[in-house]
Amino acid sequence: MERFRSLMRMTAVRLSAVYFLLFAVCAVVLVVYVTATASTIVEDQSRAAISEELADLAGVYQQSGIVGLVRMIDRRARQPGASLYLVTDASGRIIAGNVESLQAGVLDDAGPTPDAFSYERYSDEQGQRYHLAIAEVVSLPNGMRVLVGRDQSEQVRFRGVVQSALILALALMGVAALIAWFFVGRSALKRLDGVTGASARILSGDLSERLPVTGAGDEFDRLSDNLNTLLARISLLQEGLQQVSDNIAHDLRTPLTRLRTRAEGALSAPPNAGEAREVMEQMIAECDQMIRTFDALLMISRVEAGSDQVLKSEIELAAIAADVVDLYEPLAEDANAELVLEAPASLHVYASRELIAQALSNLVDNALKYATNTEQKTRIVVRLSKSEGIWSLGVSDDGPGIPAEKRDRVLERFYRLDQSRSMPGSGLGLSLVQAIARVHGGKLVLEDAGPGLAVRLEVPRDERVTGERGDG
Amino acid sequence: MTEAATEAATTSTESMRILIIEDDREAASYLVKALKEAGHVADHTADGEAGLHAAETRDYDVLIVDRMLPKLDGLSVIAQLRGAGKLTPVLILSALGQVDDRVKGLRAGGDDYLSKPFAISELLARIEVLGRRRGSKDVETSYRVGDLELDRLSHEVRRAGKPVVLQPREYRLLEYLMKHANQVVTRTMLLENVWDYHFDPQTNVIDVHISRLRSKIERDFATPILHTVRGAGYIMRAED
Repeated sequence: MERFRSLMRMTAVRLSAVYFLLFAVCAVVLVVYVTATASTIVEDQSRAAISEELADLAGVYQQSGIVGLVRMIDRRARQPGASLYLVTDASGRIIAGNVESLQAGVLDDAGPTPDAFSYERYSDEQGQRYHLAIAEVVSLPNGMRVLVGRDQSEQVRFRGVVQSALILALALMGVAALIAWFFVGRSALKRLDGVTGASARILSGDLSERLPVTGAGDEFDRLSDNLNTLLARISLLQEGLQQVSDNIAHDLRTPLTRLRTRAEGALSAPPNAGEAREVMEQMIAECDQMIRTFDALLMISRVEAGSDQVLKSEIELAAIAADVVDLYEPLAEDANAELVLEAPASLHVYASRELIAQALSNLVDNALKYATNTEQKTRIVVRLSKSEGIWSLGVSDDGPGIPAEKRDRVLERFYRLDQSRSMPGSGLGLSLVQAIARVHGGKLVLEDAGPGLAVRLEVPRDERVTGERGDG
Repeated sequence: MTEAATEAATTSTESMRILIIEDDREAASYLVKALKEAGHVADHTADGEAGLHAAETRDYDVLIVDRMLPKLDGLSVIAQLRGAGKLTPVLILSALGQVDDRVKGLRAGGDDYLSKPFAISELLARIEVLGRRRGSKDVETSYRVGDLELDRLSHEVRRAGKPVVLQPREYRLLEYLMKHANQVVTRTMLLENVWDYHFDPQTNVIDVHISRLRSKIERDFATPILHTVRGAGYIMRAED
């Protein structure tokens, strides 16, 4: 019963049930219609034959009178398989014919009988005494009545045959549908059970579980395939999240530990006023660095959360790049570096001014931090360009660069190259730049500048910017 | 109290009446204490409705409004206040420190935006600037601090009558510092107002710009005029 209920809950089974009912109704209508039409046709034929015969007999009556008519009827009535014949006098007594008795009232009105009536024949071999017939009655001028009719048993039998054939066919189709229904429903149920089981295991925490795929390539497989892709994405994201939270834990533990040690040290050996002040300042600096890390993380997740969070407008990129170069120029000089801007006179793009400026500032800042040295002058180029459908904003240096195998890793949050761990920084700068590239629909490319590193934001141009075409 | 606050306090020529609308009582009492030490008069309300009432009925020089408040949120308080025609300068405090939040806050009628957690010196510096805004220096055509003069029409800078040649950006930096002479100006304020950047550029780029500017306006002169306030920022002040 439970199984039946769950079967009935399935769309496929419910649909087949509905179709089955619809089919049954149509079949019944068909049976009724076909048999009714068949009867009508046969009855019409009988009536036509009767009328013809009556016309024939009318001819005999005119030629040979009553006697000739009675004789003719008598002869016809005796032939095997004859129609129904009856002649009565004015008082209703049977004079001639092959009818022994008749349903009362049939002879009362002249003309075709409206309905079939029952009668009894002479010398009836079959056990069945009463038959159904239709007839036409003619009354003669002397009050005699002549009835000519056709037996309807044939037609009843015919109707029965048609009916039972149709019912048999319907029954066969019904059984076949029921069997198909059962198997389709059962197999669908079984596969859904598989999916339900797998998803229950996934829900309980096993993200490595995948939905079953039979390889048949049907809609169940397609659904499972899609859901499996989704699951793969989710577990990838979860792993990323896991890694990031591990990193956060580690990266914030370290400064927190330092903070605690400092406070404890200051407490155990009470410092003089000047020392106390220094300790406090160090602690505040440590806190500020942590706040920066948090801000950067928050910023990355905000930016990654989607473009609707970011205010974009039409901006002039060359001026923005010039501003950033201007901001870092003195710093570059102090760091023994030359900061050069290579840009077209103007380049209008649809982007967030704040975010693009921040991205470029991060890149320049990175180059100044990691590519400069005191012995040799470093050349840092901020390059702005556009090509078919894409604009790009890049910073390249001729410093030590990043080994090819580490270039993907430096985009991960908190990842820092071993040689740069001693430098100030959170390991979030490039992650943020990448998030900014993505929120503009673009990507961040890291390349060998031979020697040095070239980092480039490549962003597809937005149709909305009308001024783009005319620019240099 | 930090040195910055004391410094800021000594530079204020007049004390300001400040209303703090903030539901975090500990943070609020710390703020009230810091503002009083800086020589101001500070009141505190803990929810948006009481804050709005206080701001409407009494006369304050500056309002410090937290964005998330019980009963009536910070932005609504500001919007209602502005709707009632009150133009008291408002500093919005928020734990949501992102660009779009800042823009939303300023659109609602706030005058400045500071995200939590913040250095108290940053807050004091911004309050000073906001409170003095009424006697705006925007209309003045020249600024003077001691023997340093800046002509806003010809963009000429002179110290003790001798011309000082500045790059356009250095000029704008000096203009902002002189406009807010005798007030502490933080690095973030400079970055926001001179460069129009609202992000943290990690490295202290501003310090380098300041030292360039300083070398140009102080090198050939005996008295310093652009001072560093430790842990806070810079101040333009003539030595007495």
